[in-house]
Amino acid sequence: MKKPLIVVRDLSIGHGDTVLLERANFAVERGDIFIILGGSGCGKSTLLRHLIGLETPFSGDINIAGVGAPRLEGASPRYGVMFQSGALFSSMTVGENVGFALQEWTELPSDAVSAIVRAKLTLVGLEGSENKLPAELSGGMRKRAAIARAMAFEPNLIFLDEPSAGLDPVSAAELDDLILALNGGLGLTVVMVTHELESIFKVGKNCIMLDRETRSIIATGDPNRLRTESEDPRVRQFFNREAGAH
Amino acid sequence: MTKGDTLIEDEVDALIDRPSRVDDRLSLMVGLVQRFTWERAGTEEAQRIELGGSITIDDSAALWKKVGESLLELKAARSVHIDLSQIQLIDGACMALLVHFRNDIRTRGLTCEFVGGSPDVERIVDLYGGHKRSKRRRVQRKPVNAVEQVGNATVAVLHEIRQILDFIGQLVASTILAVKNPKTVNFHDVGPTMERAGADAAPIVMLINFLIGFVVAYQSAAQLKQFGANIYVVDLVAVSMTRELGPLMTAIIMCGRSGAAFAAELGTMKVSEEVDALRTLGFMPLRHLVMPRMLGLVLVAPFLVLLADAVGIAGGLVVAAMTLEITPTRFLIQLQSAVKPSDIISGLVKSVAFASAIALISCQQGLATTGGAEGVGRRTTGAVVSILFALIVLDALFTILLAGLGL
Repeated sequence: MKKPLIVVRDLSIGHGDTVLLERANFAVERGDIFIILGGSGCGKSTLLRHLIGLETPFSGDINIAGVGAPRLEGASPRYGVMFQSGALFSSMTVGENVGFALQEWTELPSDAVSAIVRAKLTLVGLEGSENKLPAELSGGMRKRAAIARAMAFEPNLIFLDEPSAGLDPVSAAELDDLILALNGGLGLTVVMVTHELESIFKVGKNCIMLDRETRSIIATGDPNRLRTESEDPRVRQFFNREAGAH
Repeated sequence: MTKGDTLIEDEVDALIDRPSRVDDRLSLMVGLVQRFTWERAGTEEAQRIELGGSITIDDSAALWKKVGESLLELKAARSVHIDLSQIQLIDGACMALLVHFRNDIRTRGLTCEFVGGSPDVERIVDLYGGHKRSKRRRVQRKPVNAVEQVGNATVAVLHEIRQILDFIGQLVASTILAVKNPKTVNFHDVGPTMERAGADAAPIVMLINFLIGFVVAYQSAAQLKQFGANIYVVDLVAVSMTRELGPLMTAIIMCGRSGAAFAAELGTMKVSEEVDALRTLGFMPLRHLVMPRMLGLVLVAPFLVLLADAVGIAGGLVVAAMTLEITPTRFLIQLQSAVKPSDIISGLVKSVAFASAIALISCQQGLATTGGAEGVGRRTTGAVVSILFALIVLDALFTILLAGLGL
């Protein structure tokens, strides 16, 4: 059996004096679509930022690909990240955004970079947009462009922060299809934060659910099974979109 | 018209029954006119307040007045029931006032309940937590005394100093690594920075420094005339422009233009996660964002100062020719003996230090931005104020240092 791609052991995270998650343990298998779930303020995005390596945990280990803690700066990107707002560089065109890391970290000539950029934009359904500025794109297109940028360096792991938040149902469904295609076609491992139930059931293979009160993981597994089989009322409430008791 | 139609029209009329005359609206706003009913019933001990009619935002002033009056009349009461059965319509704002009224009564140790509301009214009561038991009295904010305020401010200042030292430490480490491996520095942005901070700033730098030279010469002309020392206006303008005013005024303009721009630009990048995105692509914000800006500013500042010196002296020349009868030729001959190379060099050295301070402070403040648009504004203001303070301190230090070195 293959080793998991991400192994998290005894992880405690938070910011300032606030602890959001205590001694959490989980693993993400290769080829998984792994979803981090939970109510507002439970630390989903903070956990994602720790997995990416943007924050340092209070204690515990995150091991990616058996190499060690996530390392970001000073080397070519080892995994792709799409931020909630897209976070495209506003002063660059879409094409420059996608080709930026390739230009900096490889010796490829600019026409080769352009060819890769065009291919990546076609992959996310944005062919012909390379000369547009991010401000000229719609919210959904910006997120697709951000996925293309995250995919530029051919990672085998991609992190997505609320990919379908703020999108219309059609764009959100298209984005779900894109995630499934990337996972199925390219074998990409996807770790994403979302609370769009339709997305969760459609694309999610595994998930963890965080709880703000207990600062722990309260459910792990296939979201479609947890929805019906979980005995925890908090988990059922989340998956069945029921209002909390006042 | 059918009966049904009339009913619907009546209901619509009731819903949009808002006073059209300004006088009527003003009377309602200050609570002089009351359009709903508020009756007290029951015994002195078990009081009942019966509300009726339509109570909307236009009636809120009158309702609030009634709430205030009623609270004074509850001294002997043990329980109060607020009867909502006669209410035809109540909006959220007025319901919020009634919930506040009920909570206020409860904090006095009395029992108080809403009774008799229609399903629509009950729904609004529920939305505003009207049937919930209030868990505790409102927490009074403790006043912060002077010692605590000083303590909080000290902690905040220490935190800020730690952030700045952290930034300087990272920058030094980054610079050492960048010297070892210059390819990792983003040199592409140095040129555009020089263009924006240098070439684009040249017109305003020239205009301000010309006027400064002009004013210095004009102010001193009257005094020098009294002693027949007209020619020394050249020395005065030339030395003050090259040593002091040229570098300082240019730095102040750079602070307002480039410093504010750097802080706002990096701050916006920080809050829109562009800085994080840069890190995930393997780039160091210090080498990619800070160093090119610092290099651009440091390279362009001496040229701007030379320009400032020249136009400042030209300003003096115009005044000398107009009011002191010193011909341009005499002015230029005197200028050769008035200005020593060390005057110009000391100004250029200062300009490099000023440019470094502007770039460092503005980038540090920009990258420390948190929150949204308000955070960007706060950090931009902070950057400009800190830079102005740093410029004056640096200027004083350089004056002492250069005097000590005999320059």
